[in-house]
Amino acid sequence: MSSHAATIDHHHDATTSTGIPNKKLLWWAFLASDCMFFGALISTHLVYRLNPPPGNAIPTQVFNIELTSFSTFILLMSSLLMALAVNAIQKGNIRSTRTMLLGTMFFGCIFLGGQVYEFAHFVAVKKMTLSNSIFGSTFYTLTGTHGTHVAIGVLLLGMMYVRTFKPAHGESGLLRNFAHLAAVCTVMAVSFIWLVPSGIEAIYGAPVGELLSHHAVPFGIGAVALAVVFWFARSGGEVEFGEKNAIDVEAIGLYWHFVDIVWIIIFTAVYLLEYL
Amino acid sequence: MAEAIAKHAFTGAGHPPAKATFELMARPTAKTGLISWLTTVDHKKIGMLYGGFAILFFLIGGLEALMIRTQLMVPNNRFIGAQLYNELFTMHGTTMIFLAVMPLNAAFFNLLIPIQVGARDVAFPRLNAFSLWVWVVGAFLLNVGWLSHIVPSWQFGGAPDVGWFGYAPLTSKVFTPDLSTDLWVLGLQILGLSSIVASLNFIVTIINMRAPGLTMMRLPVFCWMALVTSFLLILALPAIAIALVEVMFDRNFGTNFFEVSGGGQPILWQHLFWVFGHPEVYILILPPMGYVSEILPTFARKPLFGYPIIVFSGVAIGFIGFGVWSHHMFTTGMGVVATAAFSIATMAIAVPTGVKIFNWIGTLWGGQIMTRVPMMFALGFIWMFMLGGFSGIMHSAAPADAQQQDSYFVIAHFHYVLIGGATFALLAAIHYWFPKFFGRMVPEFWGKVSFWLIFVGFNCTFFPMHFLGLNGMPRRTWTYDSNMGWNEGNFFATMGAYLLGLGIFTYFAVLVWSFFKGQKCGNDPWDGRTLEWSIPSPPPEHNFAAIPNVHARDAWWYEKTHQDEIAAEKAAHIKAEESHGGIHMPDQSWYPLFAAAGLGLAAFNFAQLHHPVMMMGNQVLSSHLPLALTGGVIMVAALYLWSLEGPGGYHIHLDANGNATESRGDHH
Repeated sequence: MSSHAATIDHHHDATTSTGIPNKKLLWWAFLASDCMFFGALISTHLVYRLNPPPGNAIPTQVFNIELTSFSTFILLMSSLLMALAVNAIQKGNIRSTRTMLLGTMFFGCIFLGGQVYEFAHFVAVKKMTLSNSIFGSTFYTLTGTHGTHVAIGVLLLGMMYVRTFKPAHGESGLLRNFAHLAAVCTVMAVSFIWLVPSGIEAIYGAPVGELLSHHAVPFGIGAVALAVVFWFARSGGEVEFGEKNAIDVEAIGLYWHFVDIVWIIIFTAVYLLEYL
Repeated sequence: MAEAIAKHAFTGAGHPPAKATFELMARPTAKTGLISWLTTVDHKKIGMLYGGFAILFFLIGGLEALMIRTQLMVPNNRFIGAQLYNELFTMHGTTMIFLAVMPLNAAFFNLLIPIQVGARDVAFPRLNAFSLWVWVVGAFLLNVGWLSHIVPSWQFGGAPDVGWFGYAPLTSKVFTPDLSTDLWVLGLQILGLSSIVASLNFIVTIINMRAPGLTMMRLPVFCWMALVTSFLLILALPAIAIALVEVMFDRNFGTNFFEVSGGGQPILWQHLFWVFGHPEVYILILPPMGYVSEILPTFARKPLFGYPIIVFSGVAIGFIGFGVWSHHMFTTGMGVVATAAFSIATMAIAVPTGVKIFNWIGTLWGGQIMTRVPMMFALGFIWMFMLGGFSGIMHSAAPADAQQQDSYFVIAHFHYVLIGGATFALLAAIHYWFPKFFGRMVPEFWGKVSFWLIFVGFNCTFFPMHFLGLNGMPRRTWTYDSNMGWNEGNFFATMGAYLLGLGIFTYFAVLVWSFFKGQKCGNDPWDGRTLEWSIPSPPPEHNFAAIPNVHARDAWWYEKTHQDEIAAEKAAHIKAEESHGGIHMPDQSWYPLFAAAGLGLAAFNFAQLHHPVMMMGNQVLSSHLPLALTGGVIMVAALYLWSLEGPGGYHIHLDANGNATESRGDHH
């Protein structure tokens, strides 16, 4: 840790006119803009829910409200881990920051995996596609946009995680950095595309052995990538990342919490209201 | 105080220079030549690129308008075909709004905001470069369709032809199966991305990078209007972004958002479009209100009258601007309550606009008015914009609007607001700030000739359209019969348009002449009030030798009248900054350009997703997906390398004569 670490004030930036760090202000303004993106999508959904054409899908017959409630809970808990990651880096504790970042990413992947299972289930079993009903069009577009936000959040967290390993000294490292990021991304992708949906299927009674053999290739690649992630995570030399980067972690945290809050609104407006 | 400034990013020594740990390629350092422009992060160079592209498209949009007017000069004309006519009026509107007036405003945001707030660059210089190149990508996508008129084997189906507001269900695949609509959808989407990113940057710059003493209520009115405009952009563009996504999904992935057969309602497009589209007209006019608020006091030799009222009116216009969108839809049958509410809100928004007009008149009142060219355009702005405002008030009454809807009366109205308003103010601004950024004056005589040609030509073109519209001539009509009573008005308007075209040509020809031969000028040729006039013309890369302390609303005016106090302050600032390693400047970068190029490749191929890739008449790929993905990967990789590269930076050191030397890699 740098010697002046104790002097960093995480709540006031003396170099800006307002005391708010530039990055934080940028993210706040972006989130205001993002509100309007979701506002337009949610409005579209609700307009068509209030004026359904004949033959529209019936939401309560399509939804699996227990599963969605569970993944909502997981997403909210990921916000707790995100807050702990910010707290850890503000105290200069890089080890704990890494753990919390990975935890946030993994919870995000559980949520995404739930959505992958949900979409696949709705299409294959409930026969609701993007194009065969207006409910399908608005539902998949709205929740898909939110899922994309979560996925981008996981990617950003992954980049932040890999960045914490950037050595303080040394000339090269770009290839190593790319390999590290590729491994992290592979683990996360395998988790939410195959591992989590298979886990849900297993809970609903699908035989585990069959699932394993059916997805042997992605699981194998995921296991190798996980080993690579562990190998890269060996404690190395001094790193450049530290308490001064707290604002970077906090900025991603803002985004992550915002995406969670949006999900609370979507979960209420799209799912819960249907059960009133 | 001086210590705090010295630590400020881009005002003093901020971060230690980034180590070369993660470098794919060496950072560019060229100050001149092609590479310096492609990799620049300097807000002045970016502003000039915006301005250059915008003027190019302004002239292209003007040529499109002249072709439209030529077609309408006489009844039953066959100068151009109906299909080409549709493409022309679509692209004339799209070009003038998204590729001329908005980027011209963006040019002035870039050129002026950092200097007027006393900073050395915007808050995120590389992001600023990214906005510019993304804008270029959007402009390319919108216009690439013209090429299929030249090379028929490039089957884009011509330029977009669905009208600038692309009403559903005309944009449905059933009615416009051509690629032109897909390119229009993605082109607008990408221009929106560019505007949002740029606006976020300007919001942070204006709020966070103000020089010491520059409180919000001392900000130049132009910066205030830029701030309001930026907020309008980030809050309004998402609505059209989602609407465009929905159209794109309808066209390419079989959704039913606007497909009546699948339960969709085309009226939703109109709502989403105008939730963006009405704030958009304030996005176009608020920055011009800012230019005029800077120019009038300079040439009336008086401070701006009622500064706080002008600022608050601008904010109020931005605020109410989000609650009036349905006045574009009075004839769609929204119901009595909605129609009445939007009618009242529309009348209400005239109040802050009128307040501004009175403040400008108050500024002129009792002043010593100097009728230099920028002032002539600014005065023309007040008068012409008021005329456009009066016809706007007429539209706000729903019963009257029902008669005027889709007629030439509407064309007359919004051209008075957008030419008489926005364009007059922009022409004033170009003339006013040209000496600052090129160091040369524009000759008064030729400037005045161009003003009178434009003023007379403009009124001859658009005033008759009020009568044409009230006599029933519809918009977007390719031709008309000779017995409708529209012959004289149309002929007169076309002659006016040629005069206007001559005026615009004169205006820009004089600018080109001035660029090479104009009389050289000093820092402050107009005896101005704001900070940009305190620095050399053209400004050096680092803008300010010493970051100013702002003591008054008219900061430079105060400096001119308190020279001893200011000289002592500046010496202290320079000393503090040098002790922190010199003037800190951001490094150039390739990655904004690369990321935008990747985005362009992705979007261009995504627009034609389901079409096979042809080369020399042979099918190479069955769809454009692999190419679109390649573009996406290039973009993400460039963005990641951008983040690894870090902001970087170097230091400028000034000697006693103001000569600059640079140093890199020193630690502070």
